[in-house]
Parts: sequence; structure tokens; C-alpha cells
Amino acid sequence: MPINKTAKLVENVFDKSKLESKPTRDGFGLGVVEAGKKDPNVVVLCADLSESTRAQMFQKEFPDRYVEVGVAEQNMASLAAGMAMAGKVPFIASYAAFSPGRNNEQIRTTISLNNTNVKIMGAHAGVSVGPDGATHQALEDMALMRVQPNMKVFAPCDLWEAQKIVEAIAKIYGPAYMRFARDKTPVITTAETPFKIGQAQLFFESKDGKADVAIFACGPLVHESLLAANALEKEGLGVEVYDSSSIKPLDEKTVLAAAEKAGAIVTAEEHQAKGGLGGAIAEFLGENHPVPVIKVGVKDRFGESGEPDELMIAFGLVAKNIVEAAKKAIALKSK
Amino acid sequence: MQFPKKEHYTEDELYKMANEMRIDLIKMLTKAGSGHSASPLGTMEIWTAFYFHILNHNPKKPDWEERDRLLLSCGHYCPVRYTVMAHAGYFPHEELWTLRKYGTRLQGHPERERLPGVETTSGPLGSGLSQAAGVAKAAQMDGKKWWTYVLMSDGEQQAGQIWEAAMFAGNNKLGNLIGIIDRNNIQINGFTEDVMPLEPLMQKYEAFGWHVQDIDGHNIEELIDAVNKAKAVFNKPSLILAHTIPGRGVEFMERKYEWHGKPPNSAEAAEAIREIRTLGGRIRSEHE
Repeated sequence: MPINKTAKLVENVFDKSKLESKPTRDGFGLGVVEAGKKDPNVVVLCADLSESTRAQMFQKEFPDRYVEVGVAEQNMASLAAGMAMAGKVPFIASYAAFSPGRNNEQIRTTISLNNTNVKIMGAHAGVSVGPDGATHQALEDMALMRVQPNMKVFAPCDLWEAQKIVEAIAKIYGPAYMRFARDKTPVITTAETPFKIGQAQLFFESKDGKADVAIFACGPLVHESLLAANALEKEGLGVEVYDSSSIKPLDEKTVLAAAEKAGAIVTAEEHQAKGGLGGAIAEFLGENHPVPVIKVGVKDRFGESGEPDELMIAFGLVAKNIVEAAKKAIALKSK
Repeated sequence: MQFPKKEHYTEDELYKMANEMRIDLIKMLTKAGSGHSASPLGTMEIWTAFYFHILNHNPKKPDWEERDRLLLSCGHYCPVRYTVMAHAGYFPHEELWTLRKYGTRLQGHPERERLPGVETTSGPLGSGLSQAAGVAKAAQMDGKKWWTYVLMSDGEQQAGQIWEAAMFAGNNKLGNLIGIIDRNNIQINGFTEDVMPLEPLMQKYEAFGWHVQDIDGHNIEELIDAVNKAKAVFNKPSLILAHTIPGRGVEFMERKYEWHGKPPNSAEAAEAIREIRTLGGRIRSEHE
């Protein structure tokens, strides 16, 4: 099996019909409840979306540490900064389109520049939000957060990873942003899958370590990348797939090593192709080890209404697109 | 220089100190070559009253947990805060002359990460009340006894976020939160009531669940009384609308919105300092 055993992924990872699907947002709820048990200073603020962001799970466990803000994302960001200044560890929950979308300046000044210990939870990221349409499908949130000094940026591949990220960022000081999808997505990792801030995890590698291309993915596109790698390998190509849930800090060491070894990189994310994970990797490699970097993501357009599955296909965010990107990257390499 | 430490300053002493600090304020703005003159001059009595009478604080331990918090929402007022902090002993007096210079801790707009004691980073208007409400909410949750104050400008009351925060503070009955608005009637583009009218401000805050008072913002006794009254109202946040004259103490600056965002040149500074000195420390309200 080409799956990296130390990644401790679930069985049958290539067979969607055998995988359990769960919303990644549940991982936020589970993680923040655990963080709340360990640290009495953890509080959750929510802007009238407690059920859909899963902030409710914390509210049920710790009603006195849950703060309802109403439809006021700008206020929520600065309130959280104030609470952090008084020693709290606030998690603020809303849809990514509104937070960090609407309250970007408040995050910039009162959280990032201020270096306050606030964790921003951006739910409903990506086109897989579905029928709600473009207004609610955040596709630029990682770009917004990635360029703010002091801010860390994460995009988990499933609920277990989301939970690990939440627990990890609760333990360290400083601003952090985590985005997560609305829809149920295949659960591919387990409680034993390693996670470390700033570290990409190798999920897939071809026999004898052969690598013609390395794929760095985050969010629901990690699973699509595994499916793509499986298909590419059947065509005789060597592939590596990394779960790159830490967008900032980026695992530069691993990215560099993969670029040196494979000589061709594909990135895959449910975000604008520019400015997110792909942007981060292309920027880094451009300055350190230029190789072809083909970015799978949304191509400079807004989302729209539809069912999540059909939107992922329509926006070019499935395994087939990653396979095409890999072949393009490999072809560019020989030029 | 640093003012001598005292348990209690008399009112006369506080006015004299305010007057003396106005001179430093003029000097630092002139040396900086940019910065805001009108509102810092207009709120000197307020800052003096806070740092030398109202606040429970320790300049040697700016992070002391039990201190009262005074947040500045309108970051461009910072020259007056820096001046008063220096005189209270937060940092060496000569550091005032580094305002806005490369490498300074006294940034053009204040930064918490650079200068201990300023409590927060501010500049973009309209977010200070939210932050103060957050500080006060945390204190309320933990049953802390310290007070949270926030100084806002009147112009920034035009920002929607102020009213999000006002609603939150009212709903959460933040009796430990006291807001002060510097009602000086000017903003960059003109008089507030011409640019985008704010009145009736008191009734607006009242409607959001606040206890409100208005005072002469140059009258230190009135301010101290109002703060004491506000502290007695434990089930509501309190607002003190402090009417001030922008540019107070320098006649050619007074009431002129043109002086919102510029410093005096050296000739103007000399004139301003001469005028402040001749008042002999007796800057008092017309309403007395």
C-alpha cells in the first residue's frame, strides 16, 4: 500500500463508499470543548451562528464561558481582543465570509498588530457550502489572514485534524486562524494521525520512494489528492501527497525537500488558487528552488448555488483536476 | 520631568500640572513635525485627572494585574497620553522628543507591543469601545474589582462598530465599564454636526441601556464626581459626555477643526507656549 503507515490513516481510504463522512466543523466543537476542560480561560464568542459553527457544543458544556455577540462580527473581533488582554483565550466563531471577511481591519489592528491571544474560527469555507451561494462561500479568507504578521493559518482535512488544531492553538500564545468546511467530508485520519503546527504530514508515497510529482493539499482536497495519487500511480508515476494543514507557518523544510526530490509540485485547496496554500508554496519555491508549481483551486471567480458535490466538479476541485495538474507539472519539468 | 509622587494632589495642583504638560505637548508635536494638536490639548485635564487622581495604577508595573485599565479608542490622541505617562513615571521624560521618529516606542498611533502601559493598539477609529467591553466582560466573568475606562472621540461615534459595542455593553450590564466621549465637535472634514450629525448622543446611549452624564471636560472636579457617580451605578455601563474645547489653552487653535491633524511650526509653538505660560496654571472652565 502506498499509504504512509506512520500517518495512521483509516482503512480503505481510496474507497469513498466505505468511508465515514462527517462535517469538519464538528472537530472545532470537539476540540474547543477539550481545550475548555484543560484551560478555564478558554471562552467562545459567537455571532448568532452557534449551531452551524458548532460553538453550541462549547455553550452546552460551559454556558458561563460562552458569549453571544449577535450579528456583529466587527465587535466580536475587538471584544475578543479585549478579553484576551484581560487573560482570556477567546475563540471567535462565524462564517469565514464574515470573519475574517467583514472584520478584517479589526483583526489586523486589534488582534494581529496587537498580538492578542485570539483564535478565529472561519466556518463554511469554500464552494462546498453549497446552496447558500457566493455570498457565503469564503474563497479568499486564507489570503487575507496569511499576509498579517503574527497570524497563523490552518485548514484541516477532516474533523479529527480540526480537533487537533484547535487543541494545539489553544495551548500556544498568539493569533491564529482556522478555516473549515460546512459539508460532510470523508474522515480519513484517526486520533493517532500525527499533527504538529508548521509540519506537513506525508500521507502517500509511491513504492521505493519514487516521486515524479509531490502534491501539497489542505482541507477536503487532501482526500481528493489521495484519490488522484492512486490514479497517477496506476499509470506508473511516482507521487507523494502531503497534508499541508499548516499554511502559516508553512513547512518550508518539507516543501523544499519535496521540490528537490520530485522537481514538480501540485497544490490543491478549496480556496482561490492565488493567495492561499498554493500561493504560499509558489512564493517560497520561487525564492529557494524554482520548479513548476501547478495550483488546483478556484480560478479568480466567485462561487454559486448548487449541491456541494456538483460544485466541486464545476469548480475543478476534484481528483481528476489534480491528476491533470500533476501531468502538467511533470510535463513542464522536462522543458 | 516627573511630577513628585503624592497620595493626593489638590485641584489647583492638578490644573497647574495640566498646564505645564501642555507646554511639553506643544514641544513634542513641534519636534515631531506631524501629529494631532487640537484634541490632545482639549483633553489634557481629562488625562491629568485620570493619571494623577482617578486610576489605580503603578507606573513601575504597567502590567500589574489589579490595575484599572484606561483604553484609548481614538489613537491619534496619543501625544497627550504619552506626555502624561512620562510625567507619571512610565518612561523617561526625554523619550517624549522621540515621538513619531524611527525606532521610537512612541509611535504615531499607540502600540501595546511597543510601549507598556498604553493597554492597546489604536488608530483606526471605532473599535476601542468593543475592546474595552471585552476587557470589562472578562473582569465581570472573573469577579475582578478593577475598572475599565475608555476614551473615545465624538467623530468616531459615526462608526457602526461603536453601536455594536454599546449594544453589547448594555445587554451584558457592564457596570464596570465607563466610557468618556471627548465632545469637542470637530473632526477632519469640519464640525461633526455638519459632517454627519451625532446628536442626540446622550439619548442614543441611554436607549442602548447606558447610564449617561454630561460634564464640562475641562473641569477636573466635575469629571471626578462623574466618575464616582458612574461607579455607583453597578448594573449598567456608564457614559460621560465631556464637553471640551479643541485646542484648549492656545487661542489661535481653539475651536478650529483645521488644527485637528497638524502640529504647530516653531513660531506658532513659541506663541502657544507664551500663551500657556501667561495663564499661570489657571486654566479653568467658563462655566464656573
